[in-house]
Amino acid sequence: MQIFSKQLDIDFMSMRKASLMLSLLLVIGSIISLSTRGLNLGIDFTGGYLIEVGYKQSADLGAIRDTLKASDFGDAQVQHFGTSKDVLVRLAPRENSNQATISDSIFKILQQQSTDITMRRVEFVGPQIGEELREQGGMAMLIALFGILIYVSFRFQLKSAAGAIFALIHDVIVTLGVFSVVQMSFDLSVLAAILAVIGYSLNDTVVVLDRIRESFRGIRKKTPHEIINISINATLSRTMITSLTTLLVLLALFYFGGEIIHGFAFALIIGVLIGTYSSVYIASSSLMAMNITKQDFLESIKEEDKELEEMP
Amino acid sequence: MINQYPLWKYLLLIVAVVLGSLYSLPNIYGEDPSVQVSHRITSVDKDTQSKIEVALSIKDVKAMSYEIDQGRMLIRFKSEDDQLKAADIIKSTLNREHIVALNLAPATPDWLSDLGAQPMYLGLDLRGGVHFLMEVDMESAIKRQINDLTSETKAFLRGEKIRYLGVKPSQASMQVKFKTAADRERAEKLMSKEFEGLQFEDIDEGGVFLLVSMTEQAIRDEEKAALQQNITTLRNRVNELGVAEPVIQQQGTNRIVVQLPGVQDTARAKEILGKTATLEFRLTDGTYSDWQQAEQNGHPRLYHERNGDPVLLNRKIIVTGDMINDAASTIDQQSGSPAVSVRLDSKGAKRMGDTTRDHIGDPMAVVFIENKIETKIVDGKTIKVRRKIEEVINIATIRGAFSKSFQITGLDSSEARDLALLLRAGALRAPVEIIEERTVGPSLGQDNIDKGFNSIVLGFIAVLIFMLVYYKVFGIVANIALTVNLVLIFAILSMMQATLTLPGIAGIVLTVGMAVDANVLIFERIREEIRNGNSPQASIHAGYAKALSTITDANITTLLAAIVLFSFGTGPIKGFAITLSIGILTSMFTAIMGTRAVVNLIYGSRNISKLSI
Repeated sequence: MQIFSKQLDIDFMSMRKASLMLSLLLVIGSIISLSTRGLNLGIDFTGGYLIEVGYKQSADLGAIRDTLKASDFGDAQVQHFGTSKDVLVRLAPRENSNQATISDSIFKILQQQSTDITMRRVEFVGPQIGEELREQGGMAMLIALFGILIYVSFRFQLKSAAGAIFALIHDVIVTLGVFSVVQMSFDLSVLAAILAVIGYSLNDTVVVLDRIRESFRGIRKKTPHEIINISINATLSRTMITSLTTLLVLLALFYFGGEIIHGFAFALIIGVLIGTYSSVYIASSSLMAMNITKQDFLESIKEEDKELEEMP
Repeated sequence: MINQYPLWKYLLLIVAVVLGSLYSLPNIYGEDPSVQVSHRITSVDKDTQSKIEVALSIKDVKAMSYEIDQGRMLIRFKSEDDQLKAADIIKSTLNREHIVALNLAPATPDWLSDLGAQPMYLGLDLRGGVHFLMEVDMESAIKRQINDLTSETKAFLRGEKIRYLGVKPSQASMQVKFKTAADRERAEKLMSKEFEGLQFEDIDEGGVFLLVSMTEQAIRDEEKAALQQNITTLRNRVNELGVAEPVIQQQGTNRIVVQLPGVQDTARAKEILGKTATLEFRLTDGTYSDWQQAEQNGHPRLYHERNGDPVLLNRKIIVTGDMINDAASTIDQQSGSPAVSVRLDSKGAKRMGDTTRDHIGDPMAVVFIENKIETKIVDGKTIKVRRKIEEVINIATIRGAFSKSFQITGLDSSEARDLALLLRAGALRAPVEIIEERTVGPSLGQDNIDKGFNSIVLGFIAVLIFMLVYYKVFGIVANIALTVNLVLIFAILSMMQATLTLPGIAGIVLTVGMAVDANVLIFERIREEIRNGNSPQASIHAGYAKALSTITDANITTLLAAIVLFSFGTGPIKGFAITLSIGILTSMFTAIMGTRAVVNLIYGSRNISKLSI
């Protein structure tokens, strides 16, 4: 079976303007949403409490809210988690009280209301930790991007690296934007997913760039426009198939991995979709925008040839 | 002929597959409910074992096996029911010098353990348990040093006959007031010889002062010592709680990670771990009516009893909690009230003996001291609040001289039990505060395991089917590689004795999806070569050759991202980064070398006109 039975010849580069508009729209929309609605940061980053409680029957959220309100925890967010028998209570850090024991008090209060409950999960993140994780998270993202910029410019050249980084920044902003729009909880595991998206999207982009380099060196008498088109077409079925297999497992994770892993799987699914799109359009469009020529790829040819001989 | 592999490559692959299978095998055997018995000081021996065997056989509880390893005994049971029953029986059989803890022991067959093959360790999110991150309050540790220094300085100056007007400690330094600059000069000279790690500064405003503070190095040393002692104490306390396989580790310069698998009663764990409770024994000094006058003299200190009555105590401490060697909660024979029996070390015993001999008929007070530290949010700012609670729990008249062993009353039974535990385990050098908690209940842990493995299996099968349909024979080859890849990941994680967490499982799932990428790249290249009119053999050769540098580049960049994740992430994210990295490396091995070997076996050195791709 083949998705594309003959060699494709789609003129991707002529769709440059349209794809640029789309990307611009997505990025600007994401930035607007991020700056107005912001991310629904989880307790990992804000500090606070998260208590997951299992009930024997489906739980009455209203009654739970009332009980908590009566005990001075009126600000608690109470919601079902996965099933109606699971209840998640979220609470911001409290003023003027011993931080570490609040989760125990909440569980005791809930136990008085309904004795037959089990404690499934408690998370408490002190305000100092939340702040650190926020800083570390941002830092991790920047370092990952910077490290990749260095590697790609060393392996290819600066224009390709810039193209790859544009694609990555695009992917990260749009994925964050989607999280901002749907207001899904953004916690540590989602951050990890976004870093994995950086890795994945780059993986895709590098494959395309690699082919573009090869084509520039191997094909004569064609314009950069045509060469880039040929390269994207040649890698297209691989791009689609790898995205497809990755999406298959991610869907398995999303639907069967349990509620805790939901945000993580969701971020990766969005990231893989956006990353696939960006590796086709953004990275190569940036190369065109930077007027890439054959000359840009000629410097390291000898080195490459030697490597080829040693292959299995 | 092209497309032939040298023998050594086949041998290497076979060795990898065999080792991989062997070392990932222990993971399928599961775990036995078991009871772990250890001794507080020495190791557990055969005598203990026979005692337990007898006790269990009387109550008709059957153990599957007894093992003694590194001074600890592990007793396995068929069911959790047996395990719980046995734990109670063993606890009541052995004396309290033994620690009895519930455990889940891997049921790896002997022939595998003999090869050093062990299952992966399941993280707290999979097996259930508590994770605490504790912060040590270093300011308190330094302040305590300064307080000690203050009293030592007073004694030293008196001993050297240097006149001073006063010594005032503050947070990180102390100020000594002298009458003359000459006294100060002499004191500074002698003190710098006597004490280590101090720096001195003369202050002449409003009197002759000497500002004494600790050097940077001394502060760092003290912080290190405080952290180490706290870790030791926490370990002792965790042992007292009876937790099998706890993790107590330093993190950074002032934090300690405590992981207690299987612990459900987090409230009690928090209480025991965070407590700084200790005791002091002092003589009383006058009555309440003496207080106002006495306070002006500055000699005795005012305390309160539990019922709020004030009491004056002598400044001199007879014995502190540090001098207590052993403690146990018990019942007072005469009054029938809960009590803590205490045994002092030789230094404490001597001081107690001397004091009680000289003060027969005088009242002596037991002071219960608890240091608390809490981070509070006030007006949006986080601040640290330190509180010292000092309560007189008991005043008794000294009826006769005693030294080494005695009893303290005045607590309720749970207080007596906790105090005895804390005194046994040793004091924390500086207060600790829990700044992060992650607790996972056992039901959620099991859910996480089930769901995690379900998603691995489902994702894996989906990819297998897709590859088979899309690439036919080559798809089968890729599927073999993917299977071997999964086996290798589990084998390496088991060999590393890595901790498998839910994010770790997610990493494995993601690897399954991405691992086929290398094969997709290669196979698409082969198809392209065939389309370009090359022979099947040449197409295979060129496909592999041309795809290699792309695969390497693509995987190295993903690896880079994984390394960043690892170095910045905390616990669970690290797990994801580790499995992802291992998956990338093993997938390069299986997808390139592994598939090539199989493809060469099928198609190599033959005349073929068509490839099934």
